[in-house]
Amino acid sequence: MNENANTRVVVGMSGGVDSSVTALLLKEQGYDVVGIFMKNWDDTDDTGFCTATEDYQDVALVADQIGIPYYSVNFEKEYWDKVFTYFLDEYKKGRTPNPDVMCNKEIKFKAFLEYALELGADYVATGHYARVRRDQNGVTHLLRGIDSNKDQTYFLNQLSQAQLSKVMFPLGEIEKPEVRAIAERAGLATAKKKDSTGICFIGERDFTSFLKEYLPAQGGEMQTLDGEVVGNHTGLMYYTIGQRRGLGIGGSKNGSNDPWFVIGKDLDKNVLYVGQGYENEHLYADTLEGSDFFFTTDEEYPSEFRAMAQFRYRQEAVPVTVFYDAENDTARVEFDEPARAITPGQAIVFYDGDECLGGGTIDAAYSDQKQLQYV
Amino acid sequence: MKDTIYLDHAATTPMAPEAIEVMTQALTENYGNASSVHQLGKKNRVLIDYARETMAKSIGADPIEIVITSGGTESDNMALIKTAEYYADQGKHIISTSVEHPAVLNPLSYLESKGFEVTYLPVDEKGRITLEQVKEAIRPDTILVSVMYGNNEVGTIMPIQEIGEYIDTLEQPIAFHTDAVQAYGVVPLDVETLKVDLLSVSAHKMHGPKGIGFLYVREGLSIPNLLLGGGQENERRGGTENIPAILGFEQAIQLSEAHQAENEQYLADLKQKFIQLLADSEVEYSINGDLDNSLPHIISLNFPALRSDLMLIQMDLRGVAMSAGSACSAGTIEPSHVLVAMFGEEANEIDHTVRFSLGIENTEEEIEKVVALLEDITVK
Repeated sequence: MNENANTRVVVGMSGGVDSSVTALLLKEQGYDVVGIFMKNWDDTDDTGFCTATEDYQDVALVADQIGIPYYSVNFEKEYWDKVFTYFLDEYKKGRTPNPDVMCNKEIKFKAFLEYALELGADYVATGHYARVRRDQNGVTHLLRGIDSNKDQTYFLNQLSQAQLSKVMFPLGEIEKPEVRAIAERAGLATAKKKDSTGICFIGERDFTSFLKEYLPAQGGEMQTLDGEVVGNHTGLMYYTIGQRRGLGIGGSKNGSNDPWFVIGKDLDKNVLYVGQGYENEHLYADTLEGSDFFFTTDEEYPSEFRAMAQFRYRQEAVPVTVFYDAENDTARVEFDEPARAITPGQAIVFYDGDECLGGGTIDAAYSDQKQLQYV
Repeated sequence: MKDTIYLDHAATTPMAPEAIEVMTQALTENYGNASSVHQLGKKNRVLIDYARETMAKSIGADPIEIVITSGGTESDNMALIKTAEYYADQGKHIISTSVEHPAVLNPLSYLESKGFEVTYLPVDEKGRITLEQVKEAIRPDTILVSVMYGNNEVGTIMPIQEIGEYIDTLEQPIAFHTDAVQAYGVVPLDVETLKVDLLSVSAHKMHGPKGIGFLYVREGLSIPNLLLGGGQENERRGGTENIPAILGFEQAIQLSEAHQAENEQYLADLKQKFIQLLADSEVEYSINGDLDNSLPHIISLNFPALRSDLMLIQMDLRGVAMSAGSACSAGTIEPSHVLVAMFGEEANEIDHTVRFSLGIENTEEEIEKVVALLEDITVK
């Protein structure tokens, strides 16, 4: 008898192709698979339509095709308290939050994991493109997914060893086109379903108008660092450092035809600073300070170490030196080369080769020991 | 699901084999349209008449007072909406309770949107209203009172006979409706004793087929059609008769009538056994509802140790089918309006309650197994 049959894996199923194939692969490997749909957000509109309903119906179809029991669980309260509240608070502070990181940390691999364990799960699995390797010492390592285009370890950087020890990521070993191919071969109902884009609770809607429903926006001036007014902004929270689109100002000020970029914010004065040129010097930092630094293994890190670091999703990792304060979970990180658009609120994630070591949240960026006014 | 222990009879019941047999035969042979002039059709007309007699007799009514419908929801819709519309010139006030089934609550809220006023009587902690509450709520413009016979979630039985007798003494003409979907086929019901004017019934809650039921409409209470179409059901409900379902329903009624007392006793004993086993176990629990006034097949239990959705999934994965509240379109369990009415929004019962509903095919052994599983799951 297959040993896997005695291992219960609870799969977080979203109604998308990735988690569908995740469940299928585990079922084919003989695991005792249970599918759970997480309902994290209530977006029921006036006509009673809610996108969760369609997604849940897809979960139902796929679970039936695979032959696994499936259920739906409501995590709306947890999501609101832990993810959405954080999301709004960060915007209020003029920062650019990363709700996916928080959702993984607090919902998928906390609330959901705990729920699954209550159901007798040995592991939870999701459709993330990442790998876990368990070594002979019983340590679980978080590794980048084989498909470097899709690798999602950036969003998983806050997972602890305790969380990772209970996790399976079957898709980390394969590439996205293969996932689609598997789904099509198995005739899964979600094989041709479009990948979801953007932040889950916003979906396909316009980000600005979504945010407006929750946060009062206060328009103000767009200025150059010299104080010249070049336009108006609709509310500081709608802009992120390094952003080019949506500024509504054309090239030629002071003779240059270079495009304009967001290069800073002053929350007190409600001023958005803009400057010309992709390589505008105010977009480059050589050091950052951050908080909430956690690591994926229980290994103790020294107060100074070298690592590769990534400041955004799908960005090449660059060499850095980390000055780590274990007491306060904070760090100062110095880059070998200046890095562009270090954005407060976003994650900085450390790597050693393919292994994701952990990471933290960017609070401030510095150039030549001078803080860049990014919030 | 061979080994499933099915404890969700309040949701629906497995069909009686005899009813399946009757229906299978009817599906093959009785395809003629009962409104046709040829013999193939007319034969079915007679069968419907017999079935109507069986339905009428089962609640002490006259066949002319039975409108065969597609089930409980249609019966409730017709009883409420059509009665209210018909008597609107005498008043626009309706009395009901806060713990009715959605098939009553939603037609009522539709009526509210059309200018009717509805008083929803609050229930006590056991899920009951009193005759006094009804008396106090009645106004000169009250035209309709609708109170369920037995609650589908907690099993509590309402004082229908008391209310019926009281309304009967009034000069003011008030139609009295009871949604008896959960009670019919489990406890004996008689419209003359209960003094109700309208009574809704469904077949699939008593081992009959889905998609069929009836509405009792007291003779003299003339309400218009809900479904406009052909002249079926004595001009009261359009639509070609669903003969196989009608015959299957008739069979289920006959079976239930033949074994009524023993079945009721069997269910009551099984429920008692369940409660006794729980009391003797390590499980921490409380019983919702009113054991002295409840349907014999419904047990609503609050388990403080475990959220009800977790309990439901755990039991399902172990082969026990039961229920907890109702699921929304995205599959999650929504807070029950019945429990909220009984305990308030914040009560522990709201998200820790599950419902077991027994059927005559359940055995003591199954109940023993279920209590053992409950002990497994809740006692750590």
